[in-house]
Amino acid sequence: MNNSILKNSFRFILLVIVQVLVLNNLNLFGFLNPMIYIIWVFLFPIRKSKSLFLILSFLLGLTIDFFSNSGGINAGATLFIAYIRLPILQAVLKKSDFDYLLFNLRAISFGKAFTFISILTFIHHFIIFSLEYFSFNSYSSIIYNTLLTSICTIIISILSIILFTNKK
Amino acid sequence: MQQLIYFFRKFKYFLLFVLLEIVAFIFTIQHHSYHKSKFINSANSITGGIYNSANSVQEFFQLKKDNRLLIEEITTLKNSINTVNINKTRDSFKLYNSDKFRQKYQYTFAKVINNNFTNRNNTLTINKGLNQGVTSDLGVINSNGIIGVTNSTSKNYTTVLSILNNSSKINARLKNSNHFGTLTWDGEDYNILQLIDIPRQAQIKNGDTIITGGKSAIFPEGINIGIVNSFKFENNQYKTINIELFNDMSNLGYVQIVKNLERTEQLTLEKESANE
Repeated sequence: MNNSILKNSFRFILLVIVQVLVLNNLNLFGFLNPMIYIIWVFLFPIRKSKSLFLILSFLLGLTIDFFSNSGGINAGATLFIAYIRLPILQAVLKKSDFDYLLFNLRAISFGKAFTFISILTFIHHFIIFSLEYFSFNSYSSIIYNTLLTSICTIIISILSIILFTNKK
Repeated sequence: MQQLIYFFRKFKYFLLFVLLEIVAFIFTIQHHSYHKSKFINSANSITGGIYNSANSVQEFFQLKKDNRLLIEEITTLKNSINTVNINKTRDSFKLYNSDKFRQKYQYTFAKVINNNFTNRNNTLTINKGLNQGVTSDLGVINSNGIIGVTNSTSKNYTTVLSILNNSSKINARLKNSNHFGTLTWDGEDYNILQLIDIPRQAQIKNGDTIITGGKSAIFPEGINIGIVNSFKFENNQYKTINIELFNDMSNLGYVQIVKNLERTEQLTLEKESANE
């Protein structure tokens, strides 16, 4: 119990620091800044209280917003993927093989985990860039940025999940 | 009543979600209107402090470049001092009266501790704040040109609305004529800005220098911005004029904050004459 709280708080702080100090200044190919802090949303235990999860996701986004002076963009997007995480997970896995209590992202097959992460990342990035550009005229920039940054984020998220979490 | 409680219980997660989403949306709207992002910004002591300590490491690797910039600026300043001396020997100082020596602009230096340039709306954080006399609406420049306008301030940190921002509109003019326009950014390339509202009488050629116009009460007149990179002239009007910046916005170290000491006087006068 305590172990899980410690683990998640540590992950929260570490992801914020890495995101803000390293990845926001990465500028891959001149403009790509992957947003890997959403790994926290993927890995948060499902059996925990749902309202706590929503509030913490909101705070995670808000912390990133504080650092990057972006209003409530990250908070809104992170909250949204936190809310739709369970329905997406239920849709990706068939309901029969969905173990509510002992769910572990590493335990499900790679293909399903990949689909789950990709869907959430695309939605998150699409909300972020739509709110940032905030105009229908720049839809081409929004889609272009969403696609490229998402690919980058998905690759880095999957690699870090494989490297830094243990398979039980 | 019973049904109301039942309703709240059934949809409590959804209601919480909607509530927080509304809060996030309000912050986003505030962020898009200049001067209202009072709460969510990196000018507070925690985020400012973290950026400051991370920056002191990076600073070490920039020493060589910073030294070169300093020596360049000292050389320019020395050259300008020499011109002043020449004028004195010609007795032209007699023409000056004490009004001319009144200080109009006050400069403070600061260090950029956080800089972004890849988003649509970019901001910077600098390590001077209210304690050092920095308030909002002051111009931020360095030796190569303009950088932005200060936005929110805390005791020791200030956020700067970069010229690479949707809400940034800066008065600029051609160096060789007095036709002025507004400097904006389309969000594509951080080296290329757009000059709009230039009257069609203006003669523009590629390579013309663009400087700040004295129309705004923020920047002094005549600070370098960049050169004309390309432009389109259609239907007897200038469509888009692309300006290539002198400044490398991706690589900013020390900057100067310009305080216009006569700003309130100018704004009050303009307001009074507008009311008449």
